Amino acid sequence: MHSDDHSLFVVSKEDWSLHRKGYQDQVRHQEKVKEMIKQNLPDLITEESIVMSDGKQIIKVPIRSLDEYRFIYNFQKQKHVGQGDGDSQVGDVLARDPAQKPGQGEKAGDQPGYDIMEAEVSMEDLENMLFDEMELPFMKPKEQQDVETESITFNDIRKKGMQSNIDKKRTILENLRRNATTGNPGIHHISPDDLRYKTWEEIVVPHSSAVIIAMMDTSGSMGSFEKYCARSFFFWMTRFLRRQYEKVDIVFLAHHTEAKEVTEEDFFTRGESGGTICSSAYQKALEIIDRRYPPSKYNIYPFHFSDGDNLTSDNERCVRLIGELLKVSNMFGYGEVNQYNRSSTLMSAYRNIKMDQFMYYVIKEKGEVYHALRTFFKKQEGALT
Amino acid sequence: MNNQDEIKQLEYAISEIMEIADGFGLDYYPMRYEICPADIIYTFGAYGMPTRFSHWSFGKTFNKMKMQYDFGLSKIYELVINSNPCYAFLLDGNSLIQNKLIVAHVLAHCDFFKNNFRFSASNRNMVESMSATAERISQYEMEFGTEAVESFIDAVLSIQEHVDPQLIKAPHLDKQRYMEHKIKEQKESAKHDPPAGDYDDLWSLDAPKSKEKDASASRHFPPEPEKDVMWFIQEFSEVLEEWQRDIMSMLREEMLYFWPQMETKIMNEGWASYWHQRIIRELDLTSEETIEFAKLNSSVVQPSRNSLNPYYLGLKIFEDIERRWDHPTKEEQELAGRKPGQGREKIFEVREFDSDISFIRNYLTKELTEDLDLYVFEKKGPEWKITDKGWERVRDQLVVSRVNGGNPYLVVSDGDYLRNGELVLRHEYEGTELDLKYMERTMPYVYQLWGRTVHLETIIEDKKVMFTHDGKKLHRKFV
Repeated sequence: MHSDDHSLFVVSKEDWSLHRKGYQDQVRHQEKVKEMIKQNLPDLITEESIVMSDGKQIIKVPIRSLDEYRFIYNFQKQKHVGQGDGDSQVGDVLARDPAQKPGQGEKAGDQPGYDIMEAEVSMEDLENMLFDEMELPFMKPKEQQDVETESITFNDIRKKGMQSNIDKKRTILENLRRNATTGNPGIHHISPDDLRYKTWEEIVVPHSSAVIIAMMDTSGSMGSFEKYCARSFFFWMTRFLRRQYEKVDIVFLAHHTEAKEVTEEDFFTRGESGGTICSSAYQKALEIIDRRYPPSKYNIYPFHFSDGDNLTSDNERCVRLIGELLKVSNMFGYGEVNQYNRSSTLMSAYRNIKMDQFMYYVIKEKGEVYHALRTFFKKQEGALT
Repeated sequence: MNNQDEIKQLEYAISEIMEIADGFGLDYYPMRYEICPADIIYTFGAYGMPTRFSHWSFGKTFNKMKMQYDFGLSKIYELVINSNPCYAFLLDGNSLIQNKLIVAHVLAHCDFFKNNFRFSASNRNMVESMSATAERISQYEMEFGTEAVESFIDAVLSIQEHVDPQLIKAPHLDKQRYMEHKIKEQKESAKHDPPAGDYDDLWSLDAPKSKEKDASASRHFPPEPEKDVMWFIQEFSEVLEEWQRDIMSMLREEMLYFWPQMETKIMNEGWASYWHQRIIRELDLTSEETIEFAKLNSSVVQPSRNSLNPYYLGLKIFEDIERRWDHPTKEEQELAGRKPGQGREKIFEVREFDSDISFIRNYLTKELTEDLDLYVFEKKGPEWKITDKGWERVRDQLVVSRVNGGNPYLVVSDGDYLRNGELVLRHEYEGTELDLKYMERTMPYVYQLWGRTVHLETIIEDKKVMFTHDGKKLHRKFV
């Protein structure tokens, strides 16, 4: 039929290594994902999957905004045609939506059928994005900071060095390479030119430590939302301080009418009933500092989370104890989780504290944990760094 | 074995296969086979064309596809481009027998591109056209900034499916002629009385088209609902700059090029699978080769659960047509005058004149539906359930899912709404609701392109709803 066409075919195999378009656009896509993550930081950092991740290094965050939006049909309300293996019946169940967990009512939109993109971010990237905008205020030079630890890392290769530090593998590689270029491959005639030495660098690490005194109201009035906000906050705060200090301790103090030191687990999960006397926690904090964390050696960060529902007669005592705590601490942070914007007794007293090192923030919704972090650790001019 | 030997062997096999294909009457363009590494094949797969413009969304697709390949979840063995000469990209590392199957498969695709009616208006130089488009877009990026171009393309891509793929569209592409034509048509139609009964319009089918509109409607803009939303916005938006109109028109061309492929997916894959089987049967294969062929062949055409494998469905329908025209029943012989032994001829005719919709409507039979165990399923409460196995409903549902390439059918119903230059898009509701979350996110894009308030009419839970985006917020109003 088309005899002239028949010989018209060509087979070729070319070098495609310069065709990088797919990779370039992939990089662009990743950049956009990153931008998106940055824009969504306030929501992301309180994502349960992260706060509860227990130090997983790669986390998945749902990114909606990077879908390619178009007018499409509602997959859920559409009829589809499928194929069985021969004996399908009307009424057969093909799939079931995962049961909605109670308490996740708001997430009704996240149903299968949507192509929710999950971006993988490393914890480190996320920290970098978040902490880039933050700084630790009121750092005080501690006596121990003068004590610097020196450590040695072998991280360089040179042609000259001590005999004991010969890098055998690299030396042999050099020998192989040289022999190969002279047309006589193999390992032989190791010359001084082939010798490679490992060499080290001294690194100076300032030895510094910090302690966070995490105090939280665990009285009946603190619900799961309040605790979750506090938990997110402490999660990031600990990570932030770990970047600044070599060693960060965290002490958990739960209080209602009296305070006691508890484990992290208990701190975030156990609830108690009864009223609230915040000064009990401050008192306890002072005792612990006195006993275990001498201010001369430690940077101390007492932070207190409450719903602000304090016994009114206790407020004055609280203000006084904060003053005392501030004498030994770098700063004191008070976070009030107050969903409904009630006027709280504690806040009315704290509003009048005029000390730079005392900071407070009222969190009304999850996203504000981010703003609280930024308020407490905002970059300051003239601060010691 | 070195590269040269491999290529020699492949060349030998290709000429053998082509000879067989010619014997069967396949009619294709000159072929260019390129052997490429996996990442290149996947790049082409993600972009749809090796020379297409750059955009992050392709990067996203590429990344996804490549990852599936790296994890061994999926493999693309070949890609074929509708062009003259026809480019086929073979995955480097395919075995010789795999390549034989692919070469045969690709020839049938090319035959389909060349002969199917839906492709008759295809630009066969699209490889070069797209390359020119990519070049121009990157020029614009340099001139107007990458961000500006990218965010504009984001917006255009959001409505790119809304073109009018009709093959005969004389008045298009010329704004003035378009308007004149439409207005003239309307004046003429105004002379006719609107039809009185449901079927009255059938009587006047031969007469010039009658429309239920009075003369005052001629002030309507556009005079008729316009299916080609891309074209309409590109021509009539008051905020677009020249480079933006240029990009829109180029992307519209690309969509029109891809459209026939979306319309004939089942047929085209069925056709190619049909022929690679027939052609390979003619070759002398060793027993190992036969097993390898069988493996690959079955992985291509295997049925899949909950979704339809177009290769399999298309193949089965073609085989069924051939059988029914080779061995017509007595009834068919008497009533339709069908003579035995015309199977081959018939499938060539089908490949020329049908598209997926008519292919399924005309040739998916009761026996075949039952044989393939096809069903309709939908969501009932939290469960996805089989709700119907009646063959006609299955067939009709398949047809419905292929209407307008599977996209909701939107038209511009008013380009000067409230005499304020606002744009009204109307969703021609046919029983399936829009995805509202996606709609919410798409409307700002339409606003970005139109530059004034945009509206969308659709049906939600049997109620007419109008969504309005005024540049700040989306409002919903029950009409």
